[in-house]
Amino acid sequence: MSLLVLLGTMAIAIVRLNRLFAVVILFDIFSLLSAALFVSLGAVDVAFTEASVGAGITTILLLGALSLTSKRQRQISWKRHLPAILITVAIGILLLFGLSDLPRFGDPEAPAFGPLYSRYVFGSPHEIGIPNMVTSILASYRGYDTLGETTVIFTAAVTVLGLMVRGSGARTWSGGGMDHHLILRINSKLMLPLILLFALYVQFHGDYGPGGGFQAGVIFAGGFILYCLVFGLESVQSFAPAGLVRVLCACGLGLYILTGLCGMLLGGNFLDYNVLAHDPLHGQHLGIALIEIGVGTTVAASMFAMFHAYAGYEPQA
Amino acid sequence: MIWNVVSWALLLSGAAFVIVGGVGLIRLPDFFTRLHAVSIPDTLGAALISAGLIIQAGLSMVALKLLIILAFLLFTGPTATHALAKTALHGKLAPRTRNPEKTP
Repeated sequence: MSLLVLLGTMAIAIVRLNRLFAVVILFDIFSLLSAALFVSLGAVDVAFTEASVGAGITTILLLGALSLTSKRQRQISWKRHLPAILITVAIGILLLFGLSDLPRFGDPEAPAFGPLYSRYVFGSPHEIGIPNMVTSILASYRGYDTLGETTVIFTAAVTVLGLMVRGSGARTWSGGGMDHHLILRINSKLMLPLILLFALYVQFHGDYGPGGGFQAGVIFAGGFILYCLVFGLESVQSFAPAGLVRVLCACGLGLYILTGLCGMLLGGNFLDYNVLAHDPLHGQHLGIALIEIGVGTTVAASMFAMFHAYAGYEPQA
Repeated sequence: MIWNVVSWALLLSGAAFVIVGGVGLIRLPDFFTRLHAVSIPDTLGAALISAGLIIQAGLSMVALKLLIILAFLLFTGPTATHALAKTALHGKLAPRTRNPEKTP
């Protein structure tokens, strides 16, 4: 309850402030609070995603975008906002109206506890055979939805790249200005392997605990962005050139789709992992691991490519 | 029982340091003094609270994980504070001194 009050306060503060830097930081806190809220509701996977995506990478990307615009919001008279306000109020009223149709919290008759629920919860242990039910639903039962989500991220990266990358002349970015930060450099060098190791752990432990491709990809990209920020863009260029990152963006999604197509070629449906190995359980494990790697690759490469696009952007004079 | 008392003493003193840091953040006059206030909950507060939680957890995986988190915080917190202060100095933000003529 107190978390909800804090969330409300944050939302009002975000609307009221016009210093964009403070707004970005408040968004960060907002995400962290919602992550805490998700933990208290028992949705650990969602909380993990919210913490890594919302509080982590989004803040970096927003700050990157902010470095290209002004620090303050332009003052606009409220009349310009009137259509937006009217639409928001109308949608808000509709949502409140729809609220009355939602089942009570914890209602056993709720649709979420219907036949689909028992199908997933009681079917998952012997059909998929991995302890983390969220992963089995996300990657196997609902493989189509996750494919859609991955495509959304891929599309976002492509759009940002299309908008931001002009020609080949990447700005020689002043990231090397951190040369005098000796302590920062040494500490980030110490932390980087641990961050990447943790990302790999999250990637491959997603079957057993909270985690998976999305979170791992974001953490992976976060590690590289940290390195970029401290040592400059050029140092990362040497082992992760922008072209390679862009290709990896597509490769992840390609791996996902290929895994699905393999299921079709071997006589099953699209994204049917049962036929991938002799044993349906093994097939499921293999399929889930493959598509999680695909998701992780796409997410990591997309996030890094977007950061790169912001950091290397040269506004046309 | 004794361990419980020790752990609660650690937790409460950690919480006290966090509150002191929060008060300092609001009350202190300029950037550097505020940074000084914020670094207290970052290091001492986090360390005391984690130590208290480790005692609460007993000898288990949870305690080990808390220990790793504690090490992580002790590494990153001071680094972040240091980087902030250094960047502020680099960006020609002068610390507030008692007589403003003699700023370094």
